[in-house]
Amino acid sequence: MTTLTTDPTQTFASKLLGAFMHQRLLAFASLIVLLIVFSLASPNFMQTSNMIAILQATSVNGVLAIAATLVIITGGIDLSVGTMMTFCAVMAGVVLTKAGLPMPLGIVAAIGAGAFCGLCSGTFVAKLKIPPFIATLGMMLILKGLSLVISGTRPIYFNDTPGFDQISRGSLIGEVLPFLPIPNGVLILFLVAGAASYVLSRTVLGRYCFALGSNEEAVRLSGVNTDRWKIAIYALSGAIVGIGGLLIASRLNSAQPALGLGYELEAIAAVVIGGTSLSGGRGTIIGTLIGALIMAVLTNGLRVLQVAQEWQTVVTGAIIILAVYADMMRRNKSN
Amino acid sequence: MTKLVAMTGIEKRFPGVHALKNVQFDLHSGEVHALMGENGAGKSTLMKILSGVYTRDGGTVVIDGFDTAPDSPRAAQEMGIGIIHQELSLMNDLTAAQNVFIGREPRRRFGRLDEPALNRQTAEIFASMKLDMDPRAQVGDQTIARQQLIEIAKALSYKPRVLIMDEPTAALNDVEIAELFEVIRRLKADGVGIIYISHKMDEIKRIADRVTVMRDGAWIDTLDAAQTPLAKIIELMVGREVKDEPPVIPDTSGAQTALEVRGLRRGREIHDVSFSVKKGEILGFAGLMGAGRTEIARIIFGADPRDGGDILVHGQPCNIRSPYDAVGAGIGYLSEDRKHFGLALDMTVRANIAMAAMGKFTSKTGVLDEAAMKQTADGFIAQLGIRTPSDMQDVGLLSGGNQQKVVIAKWLLRDCDILIFDEPTRGIDVGAKSEIYRLLEDLAAQGRAIIVISSELPEVMRLSHRIAVMCEGRLTGILPGGADTTQEQIMELATRREAAPVGE
Repeated sequence: MTTLTTDPTQTFASKLLGAFMHQRLLAFASLIVLLIVFSLASPNFMQTSNMIAILQATSVNGVLAIAATLVIITGGIDLSVGTMMTFCAVMAGVVLTKAGLPMPLGIVAAIGAGAFCGLCSGTFVAKLKIPPFIATLGMMLILKGLSLVISGTRPIYFNDTPGFDQISRGSLIGEVLPFLPIPNGVLILFLVAGAASYVLSRTVLGRYCFALGSNEEAVRLSGVNTDRWKIAIYALSGAIVGIGGLLIASRLNSAQPALGLGYELEAIAAVVIGGTSLSGGRGTIIGTLIGALIMAVLTNGLRVLQVAQEWQTVVTGAIIILAVYADMMRRNKSN
Repeated sequence: MTKLVAMTGIEKRFPGVHALKNVQFDLHSGEVHALMGENGAGKSTLMKILSGVYTRDGGTVVIDGFDTAPDSPRAAQEMGIGIIHQELSLMNDLTAAQNVFIGREPRRRFGRLDEPALNRQTAEIFASMKLDMDPRAQVGDQTIARQQLIEIAKALSYKPRVLIMDEPTAALNDVEIAELFEVIRRLKADGVGIIYISHKMDEIKRIADRVTVMRDGAWIDTLDAAQTPLAKIIELMVGREVKDEPPVIPDTSGAQTALEVRGLRRGREIHDVSFSVKKGEILGFAGLMGAGRTEIARIIFGADPRDGGDILVHGQPCNIRSPYDAVGAGIGYLSEDRKHFGLALDMTVRANIAMAAMGKFTSKTGVLDEAAMKQTADGFIAQLGIRTPSDMQDVGLLSGGNQQKVVIAKWLLRDCDILIFDEPTRGIDVGAKSEIYRLLEDLAAQGRAIIVISSELPEVMRLSHRIAVMCEGRLTGILPGGADTTQEQIMELATRREAAPVGE
């Protein structure tokens, strides 16, 4: 119904169109409406620099939300993505700044740390049968604590690693097309989104994501080693969180150990606004991407309109409820 | 006799479907009127109109002489029309009494619940049904049969004069069915009119006074139940003659043993069960509900752990500890509960067929070959005659028989040579049943070992080359298949309890 199991014979364009028409139309339309409303309200909004700022602001939350989407489609939830992101950033700091190793090893450390954390969460859920909410709640606290312990509660700066800040802030696109200085962080977000989308729609791992969320017991009784696949999905999700950790560390040119708490809820909000079902079995990466964009546009637009920060939070909360309500209405109608 | 219900010229259309075409139906006070037809014949739609769930597009509904069709389930209840749905709709964490009076709890002042009155009134209803149950019993702790009786008590609490029962015996064993029929006879004596929907043909003879047959949304005939042979009713239902031949039992004396089980044990459920199945053989498992047949299947398949005993596949000991191991050893299990354990309902036919054999469509990098999957799915759709608009249809939208074929396709694709079918035709109509039977026979003829678990004796006798009978977790005997074995012999073994219960 809403899974992205499309026929390979379809063209890419018609598939993209189909995805928009079918599922994401509502979220996509809301995004467009928001963009129009804010541009009419303030001439400062529709500026290239502001658009790029919105994209840049989306990059970290977008990557985390993509990671969360994978787990949520299996019918699980991951509350640890925020502090896991920080943990991965700290691990990069340990390797690069404290050990003074070259940059590629720092990147491997961050992604590897994420994958390992995901592996642990997945094992708790699959093997120890701990509900995902509890398992990842525990992980969230463990990783928050570990980040503080390992860093000695002080930020780790990447001043000794030239080029590290370019991971997020540099612009490969801008070098080729000077009028479009899209930061690398945004580029990475879209690359991750493309890869995750491919994994979900075209690989065994993705198929089992939907199958587990749809009916886990039936999958197990089909002779599938569900535990192993579930652990793999959590590990992949963790690796993506590791990329998120690199992005935030690069943007701040430092690993801030106190950061992270609250990011998981922002990520889950983006997933939900994007139409992924919290009960599992349905969801898309493109929806999550739009969800993350909606949240960034809202925050940015309200700031441009000089709405107080406190009110921005209230509006975001209301939007989440509205988005899910609208999605359910649509779904009831189509049934 | 007075007419409680008279429906004439009923029309109902859904987008793209003419669901009811000029249908008529009437019900007298104090009679059991069976409504028969294959799945999709329009029985449920007709009953939903009578119980106020749907509104009709045409025709008249006269209830008690008044020309008023109920326009909501609530209105139907007030008119004295009660319905017991096929799927139980009880809240497991509440007590029996809390379920019976849900939404109408007796209250004291300031909205406080009057729990004693609630339990007393429920006890009265149970007593009228001659049902021995504590109103304070937790529903979730009861057997399916007793839950069904609670559901009936709930319907009776509205003091209905018309009671619609949709497949009330689907999950009951013979003793429980007999108890249910007692309740029905008492209701009849009180003048309640009962509309009885069931796929079990023998029940019609036992309980019904009249039979109305529907087919393809149209009324076919209304007949006297006692004077009409069952074959005639089946013929009207499917629109052609259906023959029920005894099985042709092949000579498997020279065949190799495919599966052997020795001394299987698990807790209180299974005590020391040993048997074997040969290649090309169909071994039927008969027994009452709760005799441990499904438990045996789940243990062999690794879905539940075993406490002791050996499983040998093709003569080799096989330490099966998970379904993954079992499938690796070539054992497939088709659960009695397709919707929960067999299929991912909101995934496509193609995805479900490929589910157990995803490895066949996966490259080294884990990328799926959708084109190959489509080809395979289309192949099975043609081979098994799965009626679906395309391989991309959601499985949840197919009929029961076609869903079952999708599950069978899944295991055929995995190339399992030992297949365990648990209630293979539950919820499947008469026409599709014989197709499934033929399929099972073909599978055996190809040299696969087949185990069939069924609560319907005619089904076990129709299919099995040998019949294993269980009672209370023990294998009480294995009978030869074919015409020489009688129902009485099977029932004797199925009720042969141990003289002294084994100490736990």
